[in-house]
Amino acid sequence: MRAQGARAGQYASGAELDGFTLGERIHSGAMGHIFRVSGRSAAFPMIMKVPRIGPGESGEGIINFETESTLLPALSGPHIPRFVAAGALASTPYVVTEWIDGESLGQLLARERLDPSDTARIGAAVADAVHSLHLQDAIHLDLKPDNVILRANGEAVLIDFGIAYHAHFPDLLAEEQRFTAGSAPYISPEQVLGLRSDPRSDIFALGAILYEMATGELPFGVPATMAGLRDRLWRDPVPPRARSADIPPWLQEIILRCLEPRPEERYQSAAHVAFDLRNPDQVALTRRAERTSQSGFFEQARRWWQGRNAPHRPRGLPKSQVAATPIIMVAVDTAHPDDERQPALRRATAELLSLSSEFRLICLSVIAHTVAAESSMDGETASGIYLDHLARLRHWVEPLRLPPRRLSLHVIESANPESALLDFARNNHVDLIVLGAPHPSQLGLAWWRSVASRVTANAACSVHVVRVPEHADSRADTP
Amino acid sequence: MIIALLSDIHANLEALNACLKHAAESGAGRYVFLGDLVGYGADPQPVVEIVERYAADGAIVLKGNHDEAVEKTPRYMNDSVRAVIQWTRKTLSPGAKRFLSDLPLQAREDDICFVHASAAAPERWDYIDSPSAAQRCIEAARTTYTFAGHVHDQELYFQAGPGKATLFRPVPGSPVPIGRHRRWLAIVGSVGQPRDNDPAAAYAQFDTGRERITFRRIPYDHLAAARKIEEAGLPLSIAYRVAKGV
Repeated sequence: MRAQGARAGQYASGAELDGFTLGERIHSGAMGHIFRVSGRSAAFPMIMKVPRIGPGESGEGIINFETESTLLPALSGPHIPRFVAAGALASTPYVVTEWIDGESLGQLLARERLDPSDTARIGAAVADAVHSLHLQDAIHLDLKPDNVILRANGEAVLIDFGIAYHAHFPDLLAEEQRFTAGSAPYISPEQVLGLRSDPRSDIFALGAILYEMATGELPFGVPATMAGLRDRLWRDPVPPRARSADIPPWLQEIILRCLEPRPEERYQSAAHVAFDLRNPDQVALTRRAERTSQSGFFEQARRWWQGRNAPHRPRGLPKSQVAATPIIMVAVDTAHPDDERQPALRRATAELLSLSSEFRLICLSVIAHTVAAESSMDGETASGIYLDHLARLRHWVEPLRLPPRRLSLHVIESANPESALLDFARNNHVDLIVLGAPHPSQLGLAWWRSVASRVTANAACSVHVVRVPEHADSRADTP
Repeated sequence: MIIALLSDIHANLEALNACLKHAAESGAGRYVFLGDLVGYGADPQPVVEIVERYAADGAIVLKGNHDEAVEKTPRYMNDSVRAVIQWTRKTLSPGAKRFLSDLPLQAREDDICFVHASAAAPERWDYIDSPSAAQRCIEAARTTYTFAGHVHDQELYFQAGPGKATLFRPVPGSPVPIGRHRRWLAIVGSVGQPRDNDPAAAYAQFDTGRERITFRRIPYDHLAAARKIEEAGLPLSIAYRVAKGV
């Protein structure tokens, strides 16, 4: 790095810089200072971040600052502060972004431990934000409650990209052999070893945040030494349920799966974490959910032995790593279990699933309101109807022989099937919707009025429409 | 201003035309040819003529090891490359040969050094195949930017700390900020003979004002270029490399 030309007096409340007026200084930390700023007629409140510069300051703050000012303009979406402007790094280094009006998760946790439902709700919002970042080929690598701001509408915003990784830009921190950045309580084992290109590192940190939300404790304490940090390569945390009995098994399952020392044993995508947190009844429980104490000596020794080797470097861009673990939703019409389209839909689903080893299949049936149905069907209760459809759904998917953790079954009541399908897909990061085309007997119906056409037109993801070829018999059936 | 950086054309007329068209459409105001205009491909004469025209309009053109080999056969080249060089020698006009032999090994402009192989002893045609080789090149150039070819992959080396270059593999089409506060060495890839299993032509654009570089991959009719190599009676292995991008 060459000498920086900025003068100390340039950044002070009341100063003018490139059309911005500096306001109150709201933060001073190891990396730099943060001011409120006005000017350039932005439609939202703004802050200016400036690095610590000058004699006596380490160069590290500058690298973190350069990393952040490179990444922010390239990132977008509701989960990242909007980028406004950046100054020339060599003369007037600063970056101006949107000021996120909201409480940080850190402030919230300083006040209280969260109950399981709040943990799941906020955790899912954080997972949404992490997924959005990964889809942009970026990895945060410094997720912690202080770096999560909660908007009033419940969305989470990630801040501080000083040690983040973006596959499209040179990684200025790649050659840092020693661990100098990141937050000791949350950092993943592979990150401790210097690996910076695995999106699953963020899944680990997310697990540590979930653990803290649910238990009020940190899963690995606050290690101060490298040896202490390396412990998490083989030692697992005290199971959350051993700390507080009110934590349900599904939440412990999710947390401990995020915190697996080996990345390949964790969730492979933040979208899957969000899905499980929003659908607790669909979480496949394993021995993780029942654990009441840390692993025994032999298990730890096994992990220690495996952990000696350098971590496996993932192949490909973060986006393609995440795309290899899709959430696929198939819409099954359980009201017509004998329809000839059912096997065709199953065959198409099987073919699509064969393209990836890491997927989650959501089987969804939208049924008309059971309350209305109840009055017409003697003796049948609403829950009875629901369970009947669930059984048909299970029967439909049975031949695919999927393990429980790959599968999720949902019966939803709605008078409007297409909006029910679209909402469910959008809220659960569905990558692909599979559904049947209208039956030949419905050909009289305008194509654009069918559920398939409206889902295809309005979905935020890809849609695979399965059609059964028309043949003589089906035509004969047409009234 | 956008500078189009083209290297290792290797007498591939189809690939060169595709890259030049793309560069013109992206608003390139300056052209730099980083050497190896000939060798391997079937169109040395048309390629040299095009580059000569750009040179007359102010483009920088450098000499590569294959261009030098037209003058004097080096010892290190294998049989198939040697065969192509002999064929190229017969194919080129005296004027084209003179143009190649007069080319410089490197050029400097403001804070940029252009070179075919490495700024550390350009005449030795050393490959930049490691961070330490990149570091030697950056130190010898003593400029903020060094743009090179010779190695057919697209690579960007940067100085993250003192005395140490780090390798970054760019994502084609995604602009990379390369600020003047650190030193950079970009290897722009090969127009005429990419070897990373993608037959698309490779070049790069440097935007001097915005201080960013964009690596490009340009699909073109590579099967036509491969067919011409075959029809010219040149070694089949070379046609295969162009057809497959290996």
